[in-house]
Parts: sequence; C-alpha cells; structure tokens
Amino acid sequence: MIPLSWYLIFAALLFCIGIYGVLVRKNAIAILMGIELMLNAVNVNLIAFWRYRDPAGVAGQAFAIIVFAVAAAEVAVGLALIISIYRRRNSVVADDINLLKW
Amino acid sequence: MTVEQIIFLFVAAVTLIAGISVVTSRNLIHSALWLILTLSGIAVFYVLLNAGFFAVIQVVIYIGAIAILFIFAAMLTRRVMQDTGPQSNSNWWLGAVVALLFFAGITLILINWQGFATQAPMLTNTSGQLSQLGLALVSPDKYVLPFELASVLLVAGMIGAIFVAGDKKQ
Amino acid sequence: MNFIIDPISFIANWLMNLLLSLGLSPIVSNVIVKFIGAFLLGTFGFSLVIFTIWLERKLYARIQDRFGPNRVGPWGIFQTFPDMIKIFTKEYITPVGADKIVYNLAPIFSVSAVLLTWAVIPFAPTIVGTDLNVGVLYLMAVGSIGALGIILAGWSSNNKYSLLGAFRSVAQVVSYEVPMILALLIPVLLGQSMGVNSLVYAQDVWFIFLSPIAALIFFLSCLAETGRAPFDLLEAESELVAGYQTEYSGLKFGMFYVGEFLHAFTISALMATLFLGGWRGPWAEQVPILGVAWFFIKAFLVYFFVVLIRISMPRLRIDQMLNFNWKFLTPLALVLLIITAIVEKSFMVIAPSLNLMETAIPWVRAGLHLSVNLIIILITVQILKTHRVKEVQIVGKPRLVAVAPEPPASVIS
Repeated sequence: MIPLSWYLIFAALLFCIGIYGVLVRKNAIAILMGIELMLNAVNVNLIAFWRYRDPAGVAGQAFAIIVFAVAAAEVAVGLALIISIYRRRNSVVADDINLLKW
Repeated sequence: MTVEQIIFLFVAAVTLIAGISVVTSRNLIHSALWLILTLSGIAVFYVLLNAGFFAVIQVVIYIGAIAILFIFAAMLTRRVMQDTGPQSNSNWWLGAVVALLFFAGITLILINWQGFATQAPMLTNTSGQLSQLGLALVSPDKYVLPFELASVLLVAGMIGAIFVAGDKKQ
Repeated sequence: MNFIIDPISFIANWLMNLLLSLGLSPIVSNVIVKFIGAFLLGTFGFSLVIFTIWLERKLYARIQDRFGPNRVGPWGIFQTFPDMIKIFTKEYITPVGADKIVYNLAPIFSVSAVLLTWAVIPFAPTIVGTDLNVGVLYLMAVGSIGALGIILAGWSSNNKYSLLGAFRSVAQVVSYEVPMILALLIPVLLGQSMGVNSLVYAQDVWFIFLSPIAALIFFLSCLAETGRAPFDLLEAESELVAGYQTEYSGLKFGMFYVGEFLHAFTISALMATLFLGGWRGPWAEQVPILGVAWFFIKAFLVYFFVVLIRISMPRLRIDQMLNFNWKFLTPLALVLLIITAIVEKSFMVIAPSLNLMETAIPWVRAGLHLSVNLIIILITVQILKTHRVKEVQIVGKPRLVAVAPEPPASVIS
C-alpha cells in the first residue's frame, strides 16, 4: 500500500516547482500558472491528510472545497487585471510594470 | 510493488514532468497545455485517494474553466502570433536554489514527524460520504460560514473581474 | 434463456470466467473485460453515427419536399460509406506556421469529449458502462473538455478568421454551460441522487412531467452546446468560412464532423435518460434487452425533434444568442431551481400528514410540481409580454410625393 509520505513528498515537489515558476518566469500569466500549481499541491496535501488521518470526518474535504473556490476566484480576477494592464501598457512582462518603483 | 504503487509512481512521474514543462516552456500556449496535463494527473491522484467527487470537481473547475481562461488570456495579450525573447529571468539559478531549499526544509520537517509513514486506514462506510459533506457545508455548527464567505468571495471576484476587464465606454 | 434476456451481461460474465480459469487474478481479468467493454462502446458510438448521418439527410430531404440520397443501396442506406471513403482519402494540408502538435491534438479532444459521455449512460438496468455515484457531475466535466478542443483548433490554424470563429464558439459553449448545469440540477433534486442509473430508477413518473421547464431549458442549452441550429452561427457556410474548422481537411475534419453528429445523438440520449425515463418501460426490469429497445426509441424520438428544429428555424446572431442565454435562460433556471427546492421540501414535510396511498404519492408529487411549473410559465409569459416590442406608431398621414402635377387650366379647355 501507499504510505502517506509518498503523497506528502509529491505535494512538496509540486509546490516547489510552483515556487520556481513564480520566481523565475517573466510573463505575468506564467506566474499565475505557477500559483495554480502551488494551490493544487496544497489541495493534494489536504485530501491526503483527510484520507490518512480522519476519513470519517469532513473537515479536510470542506477545506479543500473552499480552496477550489478561492483558486477559481483568484485566477479570474488575476487574469482580468493582466488583460487590463495589457490594454494600458501593451506588455505583460512583469518587469515592465514598474511605474510605482522608485 | 503492488499495482497501486506502480500506478502512483507512473502518474506522479507524468505530473511532475508536466509541471516542470509548465514552468520551463518557451511558448505560453504550450505551457497552458502542460498545465492541463498536470491538472489531469492530480485528478487521477484524487481518484487514488478515494475522493472521486474531487476528481470530477477538479476536471470541471480547473480543466473546464481555469485552463480555458489561461488560454484565452494568453491569446488576448500577445502582439504577434509567435513568442520571442527569453522566458526566464536572468537570475533563474537563484529561483532554483530557493525552490530546492524550500523542498529540503519541508522534507526535513516532515521526516521528523512521527506520523510520516502511516498506511491508509480502511474506509468503513463509503456510501454516505457525499451527503455528509453536503450537510456539513450547510449546517450552522459545522462549515456554513466558510461556505457563505466563499460564495461572497466568488460574487466579489465576478463583479471585480467584469469591471476591471470590461471596456470603459467613454 | 439468460442469453436472450441479457446478452451483454451474459457475454461479460462468460469472458470473466474464461479469463479467471486461465489463471489471471480477478483484478487483471476485470481490467481486461472493462477495456474490451470500453472499446466496444467506442465502436458502437461511431457506428451509430453512420446510421444517424443517413437518417438526418433523409429527414432533411423529406421535410424539404425532396428525396434524400436514394441511389447507393435501397433508400440510400449505404450512402455514408462512400462519403467516409472520400474523407479518408483526402490529403492533409497543414497550414504554414501552424503549431503541429496542437493542430493534431484538437480534433482528438473534440471527439473524445463526446465519446466519454457514453460511459455513464445506462442502456438497461444491468448494462451501464460504469455506475458512478457522481455521474451527472461527470457529464458536466467531459462537456467542458469539448470547449478546449475548439479553442485549440482555432488557435493552432494560424488563421485570424479561425481564431475569431473559435472565440465566438467558445463564448457560446461556455455561456450555455451555465443554464445546462442549473437545469441538470433539477432532476438531481427530484431524484435525490447524482448517479445516472439511480435517476432512472427514481423516475416512477417521468421527470418531463414533473418539470417541463427544466426539460426545455436543458434541451435548448444542449442544442446550443453542440452548435446545432438555430445556434449554428459558428459552422454555417456563409459565416467565417467554416469557423474553427476552416484549415482542417481529410480525416481530421472527418473527426470534427463525426464528433458533432455523435454529440447531437448524445444529447438526445441524455435527454431521454434524464427526463423521459431512460430504459424504463413495460417489462424492462425483467428483460433487460427490452430496456435497450425502450431507450433507443426515446432517444430517436428526441433526435427527430433535434433534426426538425434544425431544418425549420433560421439562425440566431451571436448577440441574440448570448442575450437569450444570460437574460432569459439563466434567471429562469435559477428561479426554477429555488422554487423546485422549496416545493419539494414542503411536500416532504406535508406528505406524511395527508395519509395518501402508497402508490399515489409519486403522482401527487408530480401533479404538484407540474402545477407549480405551469404557474411559472404563465408568470414568465406575462413578464415577457410587458417587454414586447411595441407596434410602429404612426405620427402623420402618408403624403403622396410621386404624383404628376395638374396641367394648367389653359391646356384642358
């Protein structure tokens, strides 16, 4: 059978791939993709903990559903902001959006 | 090596390779396609964890809506059809070091936790789980407050996204 | 006798016993039998398309007062085979600058999204691909994969018009998913389960009698999802050439074509399963093969209506379509959902105190829901009447301008 450690290591790996994506990519949309990877890793973690520690309860599942809803809302607003920025500045490279930098 | 372990290793390998391709791909649409593969792999994981409901929810929300949103946004924010220029920052090695440090830190903390290598407990009653979840999300002494807050968040997100991205009629 | 009553389960059991006696473990033999079943289901879906293409062309022709194909075989039933051979032998032309991987992947997404829906539709009480307890949710999930195929096809063709057609297509498909999902929730509410086979078991009275508005909303939304008329702006020959399918030729276009026809029949099958009682009919539980016959009769009845609507209605514009969806179907579906939930709950609370007969309860419940639906229809029609476009107002008498002038008096006399 599969021990819990395998799921946790996999979720940690996916989370770190997401961190790499957020820190390294130039395009704002690619940064959002990295955030999605991180949220998915968190969800896998939550469901794995629910299954292995308390399968009769619903706490883990309810938390995971809320994370799904939050991720969807955040992607929608983030992409709307990126499209609005593209209309003004004609660029979505994260380094070019530096008007507030001093 | 049981069949379940082989399936787990195969799907984990596919998902991680797809995840790495998401963050290293040059073309943004190819990144979105690799993201779809990653999300499908995670849906298979939910099935392995006896959470079939979440697998279907993952396909509906992530692949059916969020991935399409990403593809739309990638198409609407490009000046030419092809991608040009480097896709990574100049300090990409620093990002890789930070990611590896994070991974090492998480793994160290988890190894020293005594519940790290537990096996899965047997599921006793699998038929009533979905209705239990539904009841828990709307009962006042369980999780109705986060549920209502999530719906308020979704409405706020919807209004905000329409307002921000809509054409301002002068 | 067992073989005649239920051939498919008989063959499946026989195959399972054969594999077990060969020494394979139960898990592996189960997997092999399921794989064979999935392969047969896919083949069955495609061969159904061959029949429905001929049926649709004949129906078109007859409604338009002409013969359809009638040369190749008696009544033209073999017409689809020469068409298939023609499509197979056409050359693949990949446009310059097209993204090859995505270009080849897009038709696969479109067709697989449709084929995956057949996995949860029950043909008979014992013949179902897999009895998921979240079958309705699974139907929504694979429906949204189809939209992905469309946008990838439009983008990878390296053609501005394909891209525009794909944008419009995806806007339509994604918008009409909302009332479709809301209308799908009403059978789930009435049947108290999300599994498709359980919903068919729960239909003592067909759900179309319990909630005709939900059936109508579901039917219209599914028509718009497939891109059939009157919502077929995307693939009409006079608009944007062929939309997102412009740059496809040969078998890749054939896959889009087959996927579209199979989708039309799939929504007929879904409508029959969820609203018309599926395989239910006289003697369906004892003789499962008869359940298959009832299911197909109902599915082809709905398919006849799909073709009838396609042949007789003009096309809607894209803004009319989206207005219809967001300003009419979605509020109506939401209101219907709330009212159905309230009525159902109050019926469950009041019913034990009414001392009804055991067999009359479903009919009383059906009558209650039907009357509530009729009230909603009346209110909706009244609201629509107040928003009717008023008649043209006449502000003055028409003045004759093209009249010859009177000749001067000196000329007459």
